[in-house]
Amino acid sequence: MLRHAWAVAAKDLLVEFRSRTAILSVAVFVVLVLVVFNFGRDPTAVSNIDLAPSILWVTFTFAAILALNRAFQIELENQALEGLLLAPIDRGSIYLGKLIANLLFVVTIEVIGLPLVALFFNVQVLLAPLVLVIALATVGFVAVGTLFSAMTVRTRFAELLLPVLLLPFMILPLTWAVQATVRLLAARPLSEIAGWLNMLAVYDIVFLALALLLFSATVTE
Amino acid sequence: MNMLRAGRWITFIALLLLAGVYVRALAFTPVEAMQGLAQKIFYVHVPAAIWAETAMVLVGLASAVYLFTKDPRLDRFAAASAEVGTVFCATVLTTGPIWGKPIWGTWWTWDARLTLTLFLFLIYVGYLLLRGAVTDPGMRARFAAVLGICGMCEVPFIHLSVFMFPTLHPMPIVLKPSAPSLPWSMLSTWLMSLGVFTLLYVGFVVQRYALSYLREQLETVGGSHA
Repeated sequence: MLRHAWAVAAKDLLVEFRSRTAILSVAVFVVLVLVVFNFGRDPTAVSNIDLAPSILWVTFTFAAILALNRAFQIELENQALEGLLLAPIDRGSIYLGKLIANLLFVVTIEVIGLPLVALFFNVQVLLAPLVLVIALATVGFVAVGTLFSAMTVRTRFAELLLPVLLLPFMILPLTWAVQATVRLLAARPLSEIAGWLNMLAVYDIVFLALALLLFSATVTE
Repeated sequence: MNMLRAGRWITFIALLLLAGVYVRALAFTPVEAMQGLAQKIFYVHVPAAIWAETAMVLVGLASAVYLFTKDPRLDRFAAASAEVGTVFCATVLTTGPIWGKPIWGTWWTWDARLTLTLFLFLIYVGYLLLRGAVTDPGMRARFAAVLGICGMCEVPFIHLSVFMFPTLHPMPIVLKPSAPSLPWSMLSTWLMSLGVFTLLYVGFVVQRYALSYLREQLETVGGSHA
């Protein structure tokens, strides 16, 4: 199953690596969101450290939605999805493959975004616990997002519907991640964020399992 | 159609009883000492909130069984329950601020419970939008079922989250592990209201169910409901 999943993921990543259009556009988008944020506030009234967690997570949220929209969009051309479904592999493998590709894609965006936040807003972000928080939150919303984007691409107004469906599910891990980030950036002890980390981990496990089970219902005719 | 008529009757009786509950709440139930008249809204707010969440759970359960049995009746029920849940959620979100303004001094606060009821509302709206955006009935039912199950699974997280954030919202005084700390005069009115809201839920769902059945019949003979 994992081997098949990796084959699906490798296919997606190869397509992306050959063209590099999506990752470049999203990277530019990340920079632009950060710039908009900088000019969208009064720097004398709101200090960097207060705003940094929000900037970080809002940027990641929007960038992730752009990335997720594209995940199944590329399968629509030439009925590629039908071809994928005809392959003698489990539906769960297809989901896992898509999830892996999306995760790598979103992680790449975050790797670009995080130093930029540090650079533009002068905060210390290279903390191991923060990386853990980002990883846990990312797995959670990419798991749900991959499932939803498989559905929304085949609806009318796909690009609008994905954020409308996904955001209510994304905000919950996002609030926990922001709470943890606020404390980490303020150099609070790790024990204060243990509760948020637990919630994020439980959310990941529940929604990953759920998405694996439900995915076949979104693609089967 | 019999079902539609039955639904209308149940709703009509429930609305009459709701008026009755309010007569009782306003005239025959003691006024709460601290909050005064504003507390009366509690007889609508809490039962509506309970049914808004229960409706989501029922949507999720019906959806889960639907994915196994592919019984179109379950899909119709899930759609009906989601619509009624949306209405109840909207009731909670309107009555809440009306109470909040005199008691808290603000219409809205980003308090955990308020925020999370808003999420529930947004999940409902997303569910209904998704149903509207898919034309193929089989696909619509499957997609809606997937979203319904995810929605149901988010409810426990919403509840857990409520306990993790500092909150202004009154803690549960009826549905809690220990006995309800409400005088019987108020509790009896509240229980009646809960009964009425249950009846309202049933009435609305039966009507919506009958309507979507009729709509499907119309679609199969080639008509359009638009």
